[in-house]
Amino acid sequence: MGGYWSGILSILAINVIFAYGIFLPVATGQLNLGGAGFQALGAYVAAYLSYNYDWPVGATLPLAILVAGVVGFLVAFPILRLRGVYLVLGTFAFAEVVAGLILNSETLGGAMGLPVPAFVDYGVPIVLAALVTLFVFFLMSTRFGLVMRAVHDDEVVSDLMGVDIRGVKVAAFAIGAGLCGLAGGLYAHTFTYVEIQAFNALVSINVLLFVLLGGTQTAFGPLFGAAFFTLLPEALRILLPDLQQAVASLFGIKGEVRAPDDSWRFVILGLVTVLMMVFRPEGLVTRPLTEKLRPRRRARLAGGEVAA
Amino acid sequence: MLLLQQLVNSVMLGSVYVTVAVAFTLTIGILNFLNFTIPTLFMLAGMIGWALAERGLPFGLSGPLPWPLALLVAVAVAILASLVVERFTFRYLKARYGDATEHAIPLVSSLGFLLIIENLVRIAYGTDSQRFPGPEANLTVEIGGLFVRLPQIVSLVAVLAIVAALSLLLKRSRIGRGLRAIAENPDAATILGVDVNRIVPVVFVLTGLLCGLAGVLFAINYGEVSPAMGDDVGTKAIAGMVVGGLGSIWGAVAGGLIVGLTETMTINYFGADTVQVAVWGLLLLVLFVRPQGLFGHNAIGKGKL
Repeated sequence: MGGYWSGILSILAINVIFAYGIFLPVATGQLNLGGAGFQALGAYVAAYLSYNYDWPVGATLPLAILVAGVVGFLVAFPILRLRGVYLVLGTFAFAEVVAGLILNSETLGGAMGLPVPAFVDYGVPIVLAALVTLFVFFLMSTRFGLVMRAVHDDEVVSDLMGVDIRGVKVAAFAIGAGLCGLAGGLYAHTFTYVEIQAFNALVSINVLLFVLLGGTQTAFGPLFGAAFFTLLPEALRILLPDLQQAVASLFGIKGEVRAPDDSWRFVILGLVTVLMMVFRPEGLVTRPLTEKLRPRRRARLAGGEVAA
Repeated sequence: MLLLQQLVNSVMLGSVYVTVAVAFTLTIGILNFLNFTIPTLFMLAGMIGWALAERGLPFGLSGPLPWPLALLVAVAVAILASLVVERFTFRYLKARYGDATEHAIPLVSSLGFLLIIENLVRIAYGTDSQRFPGPEANLTVEIGGLFVRLPQIVSLVAVLAIVAALSLLLKRSRIGRGLRAIAENPDAATILGVDVNRIVPVVFVLTGLLCGLAGVLFAINYGEVSPAMGDDVGTKAIAGMVVGGLGSIWGAVAGGLIVGLTETMTINYFGADTVQVAVWGLLLLVLFVRPQGLFGHNAIGKGKL
């Protein structure tokens, strides 16, 4: 497999893990626009340990999860007092503060960034992404997952039913932060270099869009969203020049056309976002859709009704 | 004297943040909608102004326009773009899903518009920052030993006048009453005969106007525009809005000035790299300690906690 495709596989796996990290808080009704902050924490923990102490990947990644998760747990208490727009702003501000602190830290390389000696190929991220996916599916099938959905749908009623709302929210936020940290650690080891400019506000925005466009009702959503929006730009990178050539020849323009701007990919992501919000704001993959796609279960349910 | 000069500089810097922060706070106060296209509208006005003054109309329809005319057209473009955003983020969603203000939908949609507008500008004009061909004369005047740039004074006065007019509009006029009614409760306002679909665009026209003005004032004052100019100003304006209290217009004025002051003083005493930490740390502190902001209890609408 060429370096190009193995690179895309790695990015895909990292994005899936990252998307699940944002999915967990969003599934309890908290929009987290600070994903890049937690990812940066994980990436820098892994980079620092690998660069200074030559730790192996097997040791840096757990610590990346731990640090991001603990920080997530600690900021969850004050941040989750906020709701709606305030929560969005609070998480956004958190990411900016993390970026600012790293930028000013000499031990972390400041604006120069840190090299990461330990490299991992696409195998490790893929396996970990599969494990994370299974973990989130398991989590959503437990009582905790049910409670998360309940909190998302109606906080007041869940509270009346005796659900520890704050506990659920903090847990979802902290586990999510840990997953973002893992995505960051993998990022560091895949690209073997970290610089804080790579963890900007646009990264937080993009990953939140992956999750929301994929759908937040089921654990399929982030998987689908992350896969779609990671592969779409690559597909466009291949298809756009041909498309442009075709349009150009349609209008009778002869000869080689200048390659399209890279920015078109973001324009298309933006367009898809706006159109999705208009036509299907609940995301591509919804609970009714997944039910429809499982014929055996539906048959069993129907049979059960007949028997009853 | 040095300190006084710093103070003057920070007020001048703050006036740009104030204008954008008022646009943010207006949309949040009345529609409970954090409009992420605001920084892009600001950038759009600056870049269009530059393009018209330097290159003239697209497709070679005219030579370079005189810069005041270019800036006027730029503000108009920002207002138009804002109305397009209104059509797709707010009105349509409201028609289909009832009270769209309760959902994150408009916010996510505005993130989509942020990507679209910013990248279209990059495609059209490139990613480099450009020198704005503003007034040639040296416009720095000295007042009692303090150096002040004339355009900056004009912009500060203009900003304060706009905010005062806005505040009067909200308090006294029929449209203002309608807007405040929508802020309290859109459904009740509709039942009581407020034509929401006619009045909500007013908010977006004002947003486009404020952002457009801020963008062209920025271009004149700093003589430089770039597709990324909205990012920094936008985030500082958000910080200013939160410090002042969401939904409070005069709070946004105070907050914008406080952020300008924080930035100037931080650069002065700790260096440029710490600005981000100082400004966002201030924002987090305000969110944790006093989420309603300094003037939050006066805020209009659902933006208040």
